[in-house]
Amino acid sequence: MNNNLLNIFRFIILLTIQILIFNNINLFGYINPYPYLLFILLYPVNGNKSVLLLSSFAIGLLLDVFLNSGGVHAAASLILAFVRPSLFKFSFGLSYEYQTVKIADKLSPERVTFLFLAVIIHHLVLFSLEYYRLSLVVDVILRTLSTSLFTLLFCILIIFLIKPSKR
Amino acid sequence: MQQIINFIFKNSYRLLFLLLLGISLTLTIKSHSYHRSEYINTANSVSGAVYQKIDNANEYLSLREKNLRLAEENALLKEILFNKKDTTLPNKNLHIEQFLDFNVRMSKVVKNVFNTRENYLTLNSGSLDSIKTDMGVVNEKGVIGIIEKTSKNYSTVLSVLNTKSRINAKIKNSNHFGSLIWDGKNVGYVQLIDVPRLASLKKGDSIVTGAESEIFPENIPIGKIDKVFIDTKTNYYTINVRLFNDMTSLGYVYIIENKKKKEKLNLEQETIKK
Repeated sequence: MNNNLLNIFRFIILLTIQILIFNNINLFGYINPYPYLLFILLYPVNGNKSVLLLSSFAIGLLLDVFLNSGGVHAAASLILAFVRPSLFKFSFGLSYEYQTVKIADKLSPERVTFLFLAVIIHHLVLFSLEYYRLSLVVDVILRTLSTSLFTLLFCILIIFLIKPSKR
Repeated sequence: MQQIINFIFKNSYRLLFLLLLGISLTLTIKSHSYHRSEYINTANSVSGAVYQKIDNANEYLSLREKNLRLAEENALLKEILFNKKDTTLPNKNLHIEQFLDFNVRMSKVVKNVFNTRENYLTLNSGSLDSIKTDMGVVNEKGVIGIIEKTSKNYSTVLSVLNTKSRINAKIKNSNHFGSLIWDGKNVGYVQLIDVPRLASLKKGDSIVTGAESEIFPENIPIGKIDKVFIDTKTNYYTINVRLFNDMTSLGYVYIIENKKKKEKLNLEQETIKK
């Protein structure tokens, strides 16, 4: 399928299920997973970087509108989009640009490392901005860890679901 | 000039990142530091309409529970009605409306958020139903919050479960006032601060809205005293209050308009001026 179309499709679907389903889970009263960040992670490695920045900012801001949360999701998604190349380099080695890295493929240690780091960075920024107080740093870390595990679980499940079946 | 343009072209990716980061951080800081969230809120027609659709679908799943709640409230109202001693029939020449201080309108929560530190609800009535900022929102069990922003058909509510919320409250049957705040930890509990040590109180006492509030009528229930802490520095009590309301499941609510609020505020301001 055309790459651009696939990205637009992914943007809409992930935003929709985030708002309709994942924002209403409230496990133990407060934990909601944020698998919408898969949009940023699944964006093609050699795609236009500026478009990625703009679109991840947009997906975060749209979510903020629905959650009344100021700009915290926009900031977190934007930072994740910005550090994504460094995460690729860290997880897949220096030559990541030449081989076609596919996140949505068999689970290998590299892919799990990449997902884990990305989720942790996104959630740390998100909750630091949401709590917005230095005295609550312990709460921020606890919330980051618990939510990250949950998000990671859902990300892996979604990747398994959308994995291309041919081969 | 050439160099500046070259610099911008070379670093366009980084500059774009900084620009967007600046925008998002500004929005975040604004939402934390000002009382009202100006730009980003659910009181717009798009997200309001989406939440309305979702709520319409969800409503069918909890009809039984909602009916039960309404029946309970009816029973309570009937009890009050039957126990009234003086049941004079309303005189048609007497316009009772002009003696009433409060208008009550019905509305419905279409989006309930309770898992952040600054929680806002969305209601499905707005300025077309003459809902305005700073009206009180309650349901049959107690206080829910204060109207924050309105659009044509929707409005947002600053929930009591919001660290920015401050509501005047008192201990039932006494006149010791305090401020009701939320520490952002447990959705079942709020805190009543600045209650003088003179107040006599014990576990299980009811907390109700105070008479100082311009938004709520007096004696609307809020919760029960769960634990009392004494602030050693200031000689004030800090009270943990267990809410009567389950803020995680809200349905129909009532919006209260104080018709004499303007008069009261004007009077108070004029008194201070002179």
